[in-house]
Amino acid sequence: MSDIVDVKLAVVGGLPPRTDAPWGPKPGRITPARIGVYAFLVVASLFFLMPFYVMLITSLKPMSEIRLGNLMSLPEVATIQPWIDAWAHACTGVDCNGVQVGLFNSLRILVPSVILSIALGAINGYALSFWRPRGSNLIFAILLLGAFIPYQVYLYPLVRMLSVVGLYNRLPGIVAVHTIFGLPIMTLLFRNYYASLPIDLFKAARVDGGSFWTIFFYLILPMSGPILVVATILQVTGIWNDFLFGLIFAGRENLPMTVLLNNVVNTTTGVREYNVNMAATILTALVPLLVYFVSGRWFVRGIASGAVKG
Amino acid sequence: MKLRLSALTPQIALLPTWLIVVFAYVGTVIWSIRISFSSSRMLPEGDFVGLKSYERLFSTQRWVVSVENVAIFGVIFIVGALVLGFFLAVMLDQRIKAESLFRTIFLYPYAMSFVVTGLAWQWILNPSLGLQQMMHNFGWTSFTFDWLARGDRAIYLVAFAGIWQASGLVMAILLAGLRGIDEDLWKAAKIDGIPTWRVYLHIVIPLLGGMFATALVLLAAAVVKVYDLVVAMTGGGPGISTEVPAKFVIDYLFDRQNIALATSASTVMFLAVLFVLGPILYRQYIHNNGRAA
Repeated sequence: MSDIVDVKLAVVGGLPPRTDAPWGPKPGRITPARIGVYAFLVVASLFFLMPFYVMLITSLKPMSEIRLGNLMSLPEVATIQPWIDAWAHACTGVDCNGVQVGLFNSLRILVPSVILSIALGAINGYALSFWRPRGSNLIFAILLLGAFIPYQVYLYPLVRMLSVVGLYNRLPGIVAVHTIFGLPIMTLLFRNYYASLPIDLFKAARVDGGSFWTIFFYLILPMSGPILVVATILQVTGIWNDFLFGLIFAGRENLPMTVLLNNVVNTTTGVREYNVNMAATILTALVPLLVYFVSGRWFVRGIASGAVKG
Repeated sequence: MKLRLSALTPQIALLPTWLIVVFAYVGTVIWSIRISFSSSRMLPEGDFVGLKSYERLFSTQRWVVSVENVAIFGVIFIVGALVLGFFLAVMLDQRIKAESLFRTIFLYPYAMSFVVTGLAWQWILNPSLGLQQMMHNFGWTSFTFDWLARGDRAIYLVAFAGIWQASGLVMAILLAGLRGIDEDLWKAAKIDGIPTWRVYLHIVIPLLGGMFATALVLLAAAVVKVYDLVVAMTGGGPGISTEVPAKFVIDYLFDRQNIALATSASTVMFLAVLFVLGPILYRQYIHNNGRAA
């Protein structure tokens, strides 16, 4: 099942449409219905693009122009000063170092969290789909349910546990939290992928005397390229976009970019600098957007795999 | 002896996961539920006062408003994203030109965080310099759109922003489903002279059942977890009019220092998800899901 869905998703994700076989309900002639289809798509596109357009032009206007209230009009005098301010001078409380601090914090959180959660997920998926030791189903069921349960239930005890081991409000603490809560989706992802590999390959390796780790490192891992890409995309965007965990577990020194951005925009005292706010917002969205535009179909595979039947 | 040791390796490899499952997933839930039955305020107490904090919870107006809001948000967000996502997918499936460009445009909001989504729409919809003022400048001075500042309407805008962010996801999932539908179906329908809309309504939508279920599960999970969108877009305001349960718990845990009340709220959330999503998840993943050996 999973590989069929993967193939379908790959089609949606960016493979060229089939041109040899008839496709879709209608041929491509110019009829009122065709025009209607394009009109709908164009209007929908404008709706989806509008917020980004507004953010972008707002970030390039001086405040004097913004106060005129012409939300959608292009700047008369474009300026990049808001971007410089957002990057280096925007204030959260008493600190006025811009969102650049958050960018570096997010990176410091991101890299170890992504590596750890993928490593654990891959080992889990491998063990659960090929070795199936006692308790496999239980582990999988709990992880699956755990992924859908609101994080609020875990938070307080987790704060206490991390305090006891001295990791609360520290970088290793937030990395641990991301690893913990990335585990369900990572395990699911790798388990489904490995379940689609031919089991005879594994059996042959076992007959040849391959051990758990030998088979993993020399047989399974070299075949995991595609799923590693999907997992990386999923975790990079997911962890970058996280707000809740960063807010609670990262500590003042390590606040990720999303939290810092919200502080810049929503807790400013005095005059609100909308242009700086919008520049900061775009800066925060830049990394996941870059991942999205570069990765294309892989991104779609990633987001859909979370709820795809295995 | 060597054989016995190597037989244990899979279990040892799963040890970190076992620890995480036992402590971070099961342990925390039990601990949270335990605290909800105590009289803890700022610090956890070991006493047992029964359902007292639950009684307080449901007589706390902020909680009642939060629950109402998450229901309103949930219905509008899920229905809106499913409907819009479905239409986008169907239109994209009409053998159109520049399909991948359209797809990229519809899905990009999903790559951005809820914080970014919330801040963008907060700016566009703010009554003083946003959409409303722009219309006034165009000469339409009677145009009013101040829902973001209105306690009875702001939650609808939060749901709207959510739809903007998530419809692309629904589109991607349903488009995958549409591409899996047999070409002969369309030929047969054409020969029988069935109008296209009826084919969609009576044949295609039922065929896409599994895909709709997938999208529904993802959207429903987002509803229960909705927190950052509200924090960024409205901060729960005006007043308490856009508060949601997830925010209630965080606020009472970390700002208002009433952990018994907060954990009882999170327990209610936990139970709600367990009863609603539990059976669905069981059907989707666990049931009949062994490796076909």
